[in-house]
Amino acid sequence: MSTVSEPVSLSAPRGADAGLTPQQLAAKYGLAVSGARPGLFAYTKQLWARRHFIWAFATARLVAQYTDAKLGQLWQVVTPLLNCGVFYLVFGIILQNKNGFPPNTYIAWLCVGVFIFQFTQNAVQSGTRAISDNLGLIRALHFPRASLPIAFTVIQLQQLLISTVVLVVTVLAAGIAPGRTWLLIVPALLLQTLFNTGISLIMARIGAKTSDISQLIPFVMRAWMFLSGVMFSIQDQVHRWPKYVQVICEINPASVYMNLLRHAFAPIIYNKHLPVHQSLPPHQWTYGIAWAVGIFVIGYVFFWKAEEEYGRG
Amino acid sequence: MADTDLSKQDAVTDTVVAREPTVVVDDVHIVYRVHGAGSGKGSATSALSRIISRKRASGVREVHAVKGISFTAYKGEAIGLIGSNGSGKSTMLAAIAGLLPTEKGGIYTNGQPSLLGVNAALMNELSGERNVVLGCLAMGMSPAQVRARYQEIVEFSGINDKGDFISLPMRTYSSGMGARLRFSIAAAKTHDVLLIDEALATGDQAFQQRSKKRIEELRGEAGTVFLVSHDNNSIREVCERTIWIEAGELVMDGPTEEVVGRYERGERP
Repeated sequence: MSTVSEPVSLSAPRGADAGLTPQQLAAKYGLAVSGARPGLFAYTKQLWARRHFIWAFATARLVAQYTDAKLGQLWQVVTPLLNCGVFYLVFGIILQNKNGFPPNTYIAWLCVGVFIFQFTQNAVQSGTRAISDNLGLIRALHFPRASLPIAFTVIQLQQLLISTVVLVVTVLAAGIAPGRTWLLIVPALLLQTLFNTGISLIMARIGAKTSDISQLIPFVMRAWMFLSGVMFSIQDQVHRWPKYVQVICEINPASVYMNLLRHAFAPIIYNKHLPVHQSLPPHQWTYGIAWAVGIFVIGYVFFWKAEEEYGRG
Repeated sequence: MADTDLSKQDAVTDTVVAREPTVVVDDVHIVYRVHGAGSGKGSATSALSRIISRKRASGVREVHAVKGISFTAYKGEAIGLIGSNGSGKSTMLAAIAGLLPTEKGGIYTNGQPSLLGVNAALMNELSGERNVVLGCLAMGMSPAQVRARYQEIVEFSGINDKGDFISLPMRTYSSGMGARLRFSIAAAKTHDVLLIDEALATGDQAFQQRSKKRIEELRGEAGTVFLVSHDNNSIREVCERTIWIEAGELVMDGPTEEVVGRYERGERP
């Protein structure tokens, strides 16, 4: 009994283990380092096991987002539509951009661009804050941290799917009939979602380490928006610029996904038999696939590399 | 003859038989880095000059929260962690859970230790029922497990005792109701190594009784339990071993009666 009241003895290994150092003891009983980063394959498995959480978290966030607003979920559609209205007024009517398009198609071209660019823009912005805004969650519970940026991309996708309904109405109202190219909307959106997930993962790791980046992001995104030709056609201008600028404009992922979806929604805009039409840069599907796969793989590995460091103050 | 000999031998070696360790904490140091806590001027020009001159340290302060703590916990133990505010108890718990990286030293565990608590995963704007599902999924349960446990959780919380409150948003709950639901969700899952941070004193008298019973059950199912609390009575009730931490250092590690007694009298060994 007297040994029990010795303060240190409760920690010390007894019997056959007596005299082992803590590390030897841990090794003998196969204890693992707490919070260690799992291998890439094991990590993917853990992440897959959490897919229901990711989905539930994304849906819950989406529902919770507008509970204070009287119009509720309607704002998800109204906000981008208001954006479209302003852009149409400034770029379409005042700056006469719509003259370079087949009659009545500029509005459809513009709306597709605004919604699609916003999809990527939101992915970048929410990815940057995915870790730093959810430190409480990260410090309380165990789950693969990639769940958070992925959940935020799922939120953006759910919002986009709601917007797509509005987009379809806009396109039909512009007098563009549905065609076979509408089938391309699904694969194009899938590619963009994959690309967005990758970029969101990259931004999440950067944002977790350097919180200053979130101040810079709105400026960067605005610059990217103007350089990607969301409300005016880059293709009309590009032939006057140096070759390397032309190449950059051709492979710019934001333009690529906007081109793919604009063509899918309204192929008439690119119809070469019309007197006024837009031209489509070559190899857009190839670039779209390459960006999606490349950025997703890079982003996933890049994020996983710092898995055990997220949540540190 | 041989039988009696063996049983005698057993009785002798029983007290010194090797125990199975579940958590090994080996000389652990934990350092927090706090941004923007520097005493330097906060003006834009000084910030700019700091960036240009690459003098990073002035805005970042390091807090050495845990300084070289070592202990080993074994299967079947319930261990209390005591110490004054800011002594590093909760930090230690978070580190055992693998939620805080260690600066130096290692923490080795059997399975994945989990903190009892889902508060951070819940959303006040959502209804109680959605929060039950979300919280369970956040703890790593499968949708089938959530469905199986759902009714049990709602009944345990007693939210629906006075009408259908579970379908209302959680922000409409009283603070006691919210705490009860949060505890009920958190206690729905069993863990190998369970870490409890002052969760015992929530809700009304009846609920406290129920939650104490539930923690006893969890203790039975878990391999090892750690409890951080300022309520020395709940430490005495739950734990047979207690570790006293002060200013990030281990002061005392021993049987609860002895350690808590000396802690209350303020006698540092």
